Amino acid sequence: MKKIVIMGCGRTGARLASMLDAAGHNVTVMDVDAYSFRRLSAEFKGKALVGNGIDQEALKKAGIEGAEVFIAVTQGDNRNIMAAQIAKHIFNVPRVICRIYDPLRQEIFQTLGLETISPTTIFAEIMKQKVEG
Amino acid sequence: MYIIIVGGGGVGYYLAKALLEEDHEVLIIEQNPAIAETINDELGGICTRGDGCEVITLMDAGTARADMFVAVTGEDQHNLVACQLAKHKFKVSRTIARIKNPKNATLFKKLGINVTINGTDVILEHITEEVPTHPLTHLMELPDNGMEVVEVKIPVGSASVGKAVKDLSLPAGSMLSLIIRKDQKPVVPVATTVLLAGDQVIAVTSAASEEALRAALRAS
Repeated sequence: MKKIVIMGCGRTGARLASMLDAAGHNVTVMDVDAYSFRRLSAEFKGKALVGNGIDQEALKKAGIEGAEVFIAVTQGDNRNIMAAQIAKHIFNVPRVICRIYDPLRQEIFQTLGLETISPTTIFAEIMKQKVEG
Repeated sequence: MYIIIVGGGGVGYYLAKALLEEDHEVLIIEQNPAIAETINDELGGICTRGDGCEVITLMDAGTARADMFVAVTGEDQHNLVACQLAKHKFKVSRTIARIKNPKNATLFKKLGINVTINGTDVILEHITEEVPTHPLTHLMELPDNGMEVVEVKIPVGSASVGKAVKDLSLPAGSMLSLIIRKDQKPVVPVATTVLLAGDQVIAVTSAASEEALRAALRAS
């Protein structure tokens, strides 16, 4: 069981939080909009917290200090990058994963030491394979 | 110098204007088309429309040849990312970011941004300067060697009053550089200069010995 903090409860964040919770992890999901928590599964037993992930106080409230994993999946690339860098450099979270839509930005921040994923690159690649199939 | 400014709001606009008056080459990157157009009408075609966090925009702006890169949008995360791109992708030697949340200063410095300017702190310092117990005012940072210029006011009843500079237990790495006295010319202190109550002392210090400097000058 891992202690995981997820920032952003959109479709991806909510689904991921629900899946990790069902798998028995200790999950806290945060979002600036309480209305977004409606997306969590009915069985979700973790914590849902209103707060901004680029605010260090809010991250502390979400339990970032004891977290083993931090995941940034809001809609904003820059917001995700900054929150991930706070988690990594200020709170020394051992594993930090960050979504960056913009492939160029993703590449650069990957080389700067963040663990990043660009759904744009991955999805385009899958589509290409399907077409060329 | 070629200076790129990200964000054409109030701060960016007047900064550009001041830099143009000093004959610098200035480019503003602004996302909002209406704001970009106003700037171009009023300051001459110095504004390009685009996202200062996008590599392509920065490439078109000639960021690689910029001497200085200043990010002054209203959002800390945009300023952080823009400055990191300028620094690491385009090797701009000097990057300056505006921050709104004073707590972000540590992170920005850790990530290699040279200077952070924070309106909240500036206002706070002006407020606390008026408070008699206020210990020390930060005037300026010298980012290249981690030193800072501070101002300390010598209070009535401080143990340093009546003492010569050489007899103060100043921490290593701290240096008194100027003493400002009411109705007198500023004095450049030497070893035998005696401190008086009410003196404003301008000193250079490292952040680490700031507290020791304050104690040496103000403790009763």
